[in-house]
Amino acid sequence: MTSSNWQFDTEKSLVESHGLKLDEFEKIVEGLGREPNLTELGIFSAMWNEHCSYKSSKYWLKKLPTSGERVIQGPGENAGVIDIDDGDVAVFKMESHNHPSFLEPYQGAATGVGGILRDVFTMGARPVANMNALRFGDPNHPKTKHLVSGVVGGIGGYGNCIGIPTVGGEVNFHPSYNGNILVNAMTVGIAKKDKIFYSAAAGIGNPVVYVGSKTGRDGIHGATMASAEFDDDSEEKKPTVQVGDPFTEKLLLEACLELMKEDAIIAIQDMGAAGLTSSSIEMASKGNVGIDINLSKVPMRAANMTAYELMLSESQERMLMVIQPNKEELARSIFKKWDLEFEIIGEVTDTKKLILHMDGEEQASIPINILVEDAPEYQRDYIVNDPSPLISFESKDFEDKDILSDLLKMISHPNLCSRKWIWEQYDHMVMADTVVRPGSDAAVVRVHGTNKGIAISTDCSPTYCRHNPYEGGKHAVVETWRNIVASGAEPIAITDCMNFGNPEKPEIMGQFVECIRGMGDACSKLNYPVISGNVSLYNETNGEGIYPTPAIGGVGLIRDLSNTMTIDLKNEGNVLCLIGESNNHLGNSHYLSIIQNKEDGGTPSINLDDELKNGKFILDCVANKLLKSVHDVGEGGVLVAIAEMCISGMQGIKIDITKDFLHGFFFGEDQARYLVEVSQNKLEQIEADASKSAVKIERIGEIGGTSISINSIGEIELSSLIDHHVKWFNEF
Amino acid sequence: MKTHVIVFPGSNCDRDVAVAIQNIIGSSPEMVWHKDSTIKRSDLIVVPGGFSYGDYLRCGAMASTSPIMKSVIENANKGVPVMGICNGFQILIESGLLQGALIRNSSLSFICRDIIIKPTNTKTIFTNKSKISKMPIAHNEGNYFANSNQIKEIEDNDQIAFQYCDENGDINAHSNPNGSINNIAGVFNKSKNVLGMMPHPERAAESIHGCDDGRNIFESLLS
Repeated sequence: MTSSNWQFDTEKSLVESHGLKLDEFEKIVEGLGREPNLTELGIFSAMWNEHCSYKSSKYWLKKLPTSGERVIQGPGENAGVIDIDDGDVAVFKMESHNHPSFLEPYQGAATGVGGILRDVFTMGARPVANMNALRFGDPNHPKTKHLVSGVVGGIGGYGNCIGIPTVGGEVNFHPSYNGNILVNAMTVGIAKKDKIFYSAAAGIGNPVVYVGSKTGRDGIHGATMASAEFDDDSEEKKPTVQVGDPFTEKLLLEACLELMKEDAIIAIQDMGAAGLTSSSIEMASKGNVGIDINLSKVPMRAANMTAYELMLSESQERMLMVIQPNKEELARSIFKKWDLEFEIIGEVTDTKKLILHMDGEEQASIPINILVEDAPEYQRDYIVNDPSPLISFESKDFEDKDILSDLLKMISHPNLCSRKWIWEQYDHMVMADTVVRPGSDAAVVRVHGTNKGIAISTDCSPTYCRHNPYEGGKHAVVETWRNIVASGAEPIAITDCMNFGNPEKPEIMGQFVECIRGMGDACSKLNYPVISGNVSLYNETNGEGIYPTPAIGGVGLIRDLSNTMTIDLKNEGNVLCLIGESNNHLGNSHYLSIIQNKEDGGTPSINLDDELKNGKFILDCVANKLLKSVHDVGEGGVLVAIAEMCISGMQGIKIDITKDFLHGFFFGEDQARYLVEVSQNKLEQIEADASKSAVKIERIGEIGGTSISINSIGEIELSSLIDHHVKWFNEF
Repeated sequence: MKTHVIVFPGSNCDRDVAVAIQNIIGSSPEMVWHKDSTIKRSDLIVVPGGFSYGDYLRCGAMASTSPIMKSVIENANKGVPVMGICNGFQILIESGLLQGALIRNSSLSFICRDIIIKPTNTKTIFTNKSKISKMPIAHNEGNYFANSNQIKEIEDNDQIAFQYCDENGDINAHSNPNGSINNIAGVFNKSKNVLGMMPHPERAAESIHGCDDGRNIFESLLS
């Protein structure tokens, strides 16, 4: 081996160990006009990994609708912002913490919550609600229970301590997540419209300030790790997982909000993925300026940290700010009061470069535009496979007498059973503004000091997406929209968390492209734009990708909280009605998967005109005070939804219907449907209104008694339903 | 009524209890930073819930040594009503104002849900309007413990404030959410001017909370 070969091999392995491709390395050399030093290579690696650069997804994300009359800030900032009237805004975003949560579930999930909280309060908002969307592997997989308890513990541990209620979320189990669980955390905050903070640095010579925790060696290369697949040795990556300290974050939250009341902050950015690197570069890039940093000034937790380590550490609970030079002392005193680090580590320059010094020596000098605008962007090859074919099921294939025992099996299955065990570990009432607690269609939180509320829902059906990514993408958006409508709120906007496998595989990229197309169509039709989000690719272990999972977090507004709707049945004698068309769609339903252990038959298609019409009808009924309770008909179909309403309200029901195909009617997952509780004296009015709006309505049964009874079939006691519903988690 | 709410680093129910005091007692409390050293004149001092100092070391242990606690203890000894809720209860125990200990829930996990409590002694300034009440708990370390001598002493002296019970007021194992000895949810000091309780009355203080039974504790203080 010649010496030059040896050098090349060392260099090649160094580049690859930084998650960069050789052609990307050549691009760096070309841009700099020289080879980067190790610190610079680390910086490029942090900025150009998939997690930070969106290099495979950017082209497609641009196709999503991101504007609307209530949108104040769309994607591109720390979080999106919508107008909720009276000078108030809601600030929200959802983010993934999948890879770290699989390696170390408690800390992975906890720091996921910590990260998304910082994204929201960086914008000047006080966080008021946390939500999440979680996917685990097969319930019987040996790792699943350990991962579930770790993740739930971590989410609760962080949110409970910082004192922001975790008001809801969703949990699914499927073998496709055996090697890659998904932990998507969402935070909603409230701010004043004229007090929103952004990240663009400005003012040549202004001080760049570091606040929060000290920097340690934890989480180095976290974002690079999160941009690669797992294999059998992934356990070795555990040291890249950060450790959370919710107490320090609480202090940081209060200190930042206190400083934000003063006219002191010009720009602020949290140090999340890729820490000091991405925060300083994003601030400089957005402001079209340069930043000089003296790394010797960075508060350090460990001795002898190098420039490389300081730039790549993902230590939590840190922020970077540009402040008014004459407000230094004021800012310092606020952070001192809260016992937090406050250090001026650099200044804004006109060089348009990131220049780092340490111990008097220059450690890096990189033009910002090479790092940001010249970052690689790929239009990856993709293949769109035909959706799984639709199968039309018929009555003769099913035994009607089994309907009630099938119902018990379904509501006791991990995918449909009660999540009480989870949400009771989350403080969902702190801040004393929780109006609708977990377990309804959407969580509702009052805007403090007002009589209006924010409704929030997270959702996605990965099986639908796997078998028809276009309809599945539509469904994820529509399901949150429907949940928000069912809570009596006007849906406003969404955040998305796009979890997929390896984008270098054309069929995975095809899933991504089709999900985006479906989401875009639904968002446009429903006037329900995307205002923030996150992409998590390479969710694969040993070459096996997860099901496509575009998790959606939707937010809506209830102008008058007295119009809030919940799923619990209220009064004996009222009538339960079904809104929307039922066509016995059993394909890819929970019924097939739980009872028949089958995953086929095709994803239900969504008629967006019907969604809009039926949703509007529900909101009109709410405004006219016609409804006592509302539940969207989703996973598991009509009978599962009825059981959930009965259990929540501790009311029975006498179902009286005639259908040719009872299994199809009770367990089909046709879309655009709601169950509504109506008092006897409003029944004629609602039926007349429905007829005027060309909305299908049918009477299902009368509320009362202590059981669900179905004419000609039999009955089942509420107590038995509840026992089955809570069994799986209670025996956890 | 002049009221005070103490704010520690990590308190997170300080605003909630301030809102409840404003709504029920009718005037907003003074928020007192833990590094302040004196509370001059007060008709009620509340030590709120949360995770003071992150609950690191032991719940309430670090907060109990904060500068302001000296003044809280002095006021308590003078007969000023002092009320600790959740983490505040833990702090009052750590500071020696109340007897017993609060250990990890018997389930070993955090519990957030509605429970029902029954006032055990309704002849105090905090409980003269109390009845069987529903309100939330939200804690990891709410399992009240005291040794048999202490239990006998607090029982003999009518120092048990509230006990977990069912809808009918029956105090039984089924209605005990966290393993507390004798279902104890709250206790008084000997002279009954200091109350510590794990349930959150401030989260059951208006109709949107789904239940407003928590109001009666604040209303008792008014009469």
